[in-house]
Amino acid sequence: MSDTASSKMKLTGGFDLLGLLTRHATLVALFALIVFNVIFTNHFLSTQTLNVNLTQVATIVIVGVGMTLVIATGGIDLSVGSMMAISGAIAPLIFLGTAVKISEIHLAVAVGMVTAVLVAGAFGWFNGWLITRFRIQPIIATLVLFIAGRGIAQVSTNGNLQPFKLAQFQWIGLGRWFGIPVQVIIMVALVAIAAWVLRRSLFGRQILAIGGNERAARLSGIPVASVKRWVYCISGLCSGIAGLVVIAINSSSDANLVGLGMELDAIAAVAVGGTLLSGGRATVTGTLIGALIIQLVRYTLLANGVNDDVAKLVKAALIVLAVWLQRQGRS
Amino acid sequence: MDSAEIPDRQNLLSMRNISKAFAGIPALSASSLDVGQAEVHALIGQNGAGKSTLIKILTGYIGRDTGDIIFDGASFEARSPQDAQAKGISTIYQEINLVPYRSITENICLGRESRRFGLLDWKTMHEEARQLMARFNIDIDVRKPLLAFNTATQQMVAIARAIGFRAKLVIMDEPTSSLDEREVAVLFDVIRQLKQSGISVIFVSHKLDELYEVCDRVTIMRDGRTVKTSDMKSISKIELVASMLGRDISQVSKHATAFGGRKSQIGNVLLEANSLNAGHKVQDVSLSVRRGEIVGLAGLLGAGRTETARLIFGADRMHKGALKLDEKPFVPAEPIDAINKGIGFSSEDRKLEGIIPEMSVAENMTLALMPQLSRLGIVDEDQQRAIVEKFIARLGVKCSGPGQRIRELSGGNQQKVLLARWLAMNPALLVLDEPTRGIDVGAKAEIQTIIKELADQGLAVLMISSELEEVIEGSDRVFVLREGHNVAEFSGKQITEAAVMAAMAHGGDEAREFQP
Repeated sequence: MSDTASSKMKLTGGFDLLGLLTRHATLVALFALIVFNVIFTNHFLSTQTLNVNLTQVATIVIVGVGMTLVIATGGIDLSVGSMMAISGAIAPLIFLGTAVKISEIHLAVAVGMVTAVLVAGAFGWFNGWLITRFRIQPIIATLVLFIAGRGIAQVSTNGNLQPFKLAQFQWIGLGRWFGIPVQVIIMVALVAIAAWVLRRSLFGRQILAIGGNERAARLSGIPVASVKRWVYCISGLCSGIAGLVVIAINSSSDANLVGLGMELDAIAAVAVGGTLLSGGRATVTGTLIGALIIQLVRYTLLANGVNDDVAKLVKAALIVLAVWLQRQGRS
Repeated sequence: MDSAEIPDRQNLLSMRNISKAFAGIPALSASSLDVGQAEVHALIGQNGAGKSTLIKILTGYIGRDTGDIIFDGASFEARSPQDAQAKGISTIYQEINLVPYRSITENICLGRESRRFGLLDWKTMHEEARQLMARFNIDIDVRKPLLAFNTATQQMVAIARAIGFRAKLVIMDEPTSSLDEREVAVLFDVIRQLKQSGISVIFVSHKLDELYEVCDRVTIMRDGRTVKTSDMKSISKIELVASMLGRDISQVSKHATAFGGRKSQIGNVLLEANSLNAGHKVQDVSLSVRRGEIVGLAGLLGAGRTETARLIFGADRMHKGALKLDEKPFVPAEPIDAINKGIGFSSEDRKLEGIIPEMSVAENMTLALMPQLSRLGIVDEDQQRAIVEKFIARLGVKCSGPGQRIRELSGGNQQKVLLARWLAMNPALLVLDEPTRGIDVGAKAEIQTIIKELADQGLAVLMISSELEEVIEGSDRVFVLREGHNVAEFSGKQITEAAVMAAMAHGGDEAREFQP
């Protein structure tokens, strides 16, 4: 097949351009958006614009990394937003001393952050356990936490808003290293690690094999249940980190709002990025690009005076386009 | 069968000079196919010979580049399979394309439902479905969902649906591949009935014996061309094979399989199974496999062969019974336990349980070997490439390279990759469930040769096959299963077609009469 494709490239340049476009549609779209903005949007080429877009996209991508792995196994995780809320509720409980008193503030922050992320990871693992132990469909199993998770977050804070002003913690959402927002660095690091794992590691191969054909994977000796539990656990951990970033930016934790609607943003980024929603083929860098495209479209429309509601329509159209391009690429 | 009835048959279908190229590569060149009124016409050829392309063009699945189609006296053009069906050409596919959760009636009437006062007229539809199924002497509750019935019945439903659509031509794509012999006989009766009521059939099959039973004429395809059309009566099996392979008759072996000439050095017992039980499918099965031995597992569909194999591999849960490997107790809870003991299992369903379509040849081939290929959780790609290239060469896998997606390969080459998946881990026992199902004659012989060579080198093989000749010519010993029990064991010269068939049909006692 690749032979015929390359021979055709020489014969008919026009047709192959289309082939190239469908194969790298997401990159092309991102590039086109950037070119458009450079020409039409004032002050687009500035570090401030770059940072605004990257910070807004960071939490979606962080959650999207876990979501990509989940979708690669043929599953889905609807509970990411709720797990963000849980993580966002637990961390302040600890570093503000509401739940436990730790006098050394750095230690309190560290314990708070680690506990919050681990608890979210544990809830993710619970998702995987429901799915593998009772063979519940992922969309139903994670719906349980989607509904209950936010309730757990509210109960643990007695429904109170937790405001704070704490530099020792808020670096994760407001700080910069070498002029780059910290959450952007976290995002890039997670994307790089996950992309590498998916391509080169045994675990990545197992994930894709399960998503590609679960029965064949099991008959080839792949520990399907354990791989799945880990994948949902990772999704929980990613959500936990994203939850911390969000409350750090907001200087407060509101269990009602943290991560609201995140599941759909993350799934949209994965879909636009070119990961097969039925599993078996996944790209983490694609998810990063997908999230950037969605963000940039929204930014472009807002910067050019288009209403946010209209931007949502455009976002929906993008998802349809991405799915259509996937189908073209397959046939 | 009686071709005297149709000496000057008028052609119902005439396809002339059909050509089709995909991305510049010809898949079909100047091919022609004539099917008479009330004729059963066989269409055979190796994988990739162009059979499915020809049929897809006829049924409107894909367009053609050149050529004319005359059907029922007029120029014919189908825009889609639905359109073809409406115009009188119905197709019954290998994998039955019906709706499993809906009733028999709904499946038969889907797309042409009876209505009364704008509502569905269930009474009329149930009655029609019942009558259609009764034509095949099948008396079943047509309200039950399709998935409650076995493959053979589902196929009858598909045929009933075709008749319901007033089909003049029914295309059957390997209809017998998942039927046992009794079910095949029923199907052939149905085909004869269709013929009597003036319906023509295009019959695609890999099983040559069947063609002589029901077909009037045969068209042979090779390399995208129709190379020969002949009356079934005036062509021998050897000639059919020779035309398909494009070889001289003298080159084709007299053996139906490539198992001939085994030099078996049979060793000690490797696997012993005692009174295996798993519900009603496997009630009481005992067998053993020795090193260097090919043990055949024969039986009709539903006799419990696949289920027994899956118990040995740890794919299903065993209720009772004991397994011994090298005289030590062996309790596989999951396939990985069996794999760790050096057992490989190749499933009968390549698509559903074998290949991972989105993955490459290399990734598919090393799937079971991955843990050994990895250090600290990282896949050693160099080592992987070396192993994959070795097996591509050794088994003669035809692919553009280790990176090609497996779904782009032909069935025979996919099967070789799956075989390599297990050979790569150097197994002690290989359990092969229908290792040559649905692949072309050439690849079939190659795979049989590989199995034989491996056994000669000391591998223990447990082989399930629905093709009697494969079991008979390939096995050193044969166990026959019937309704979840093993009813007979044959070895050496005792293994004859008559003895094995009798055991499959009647059980052990009667079978003994057939032993030499």
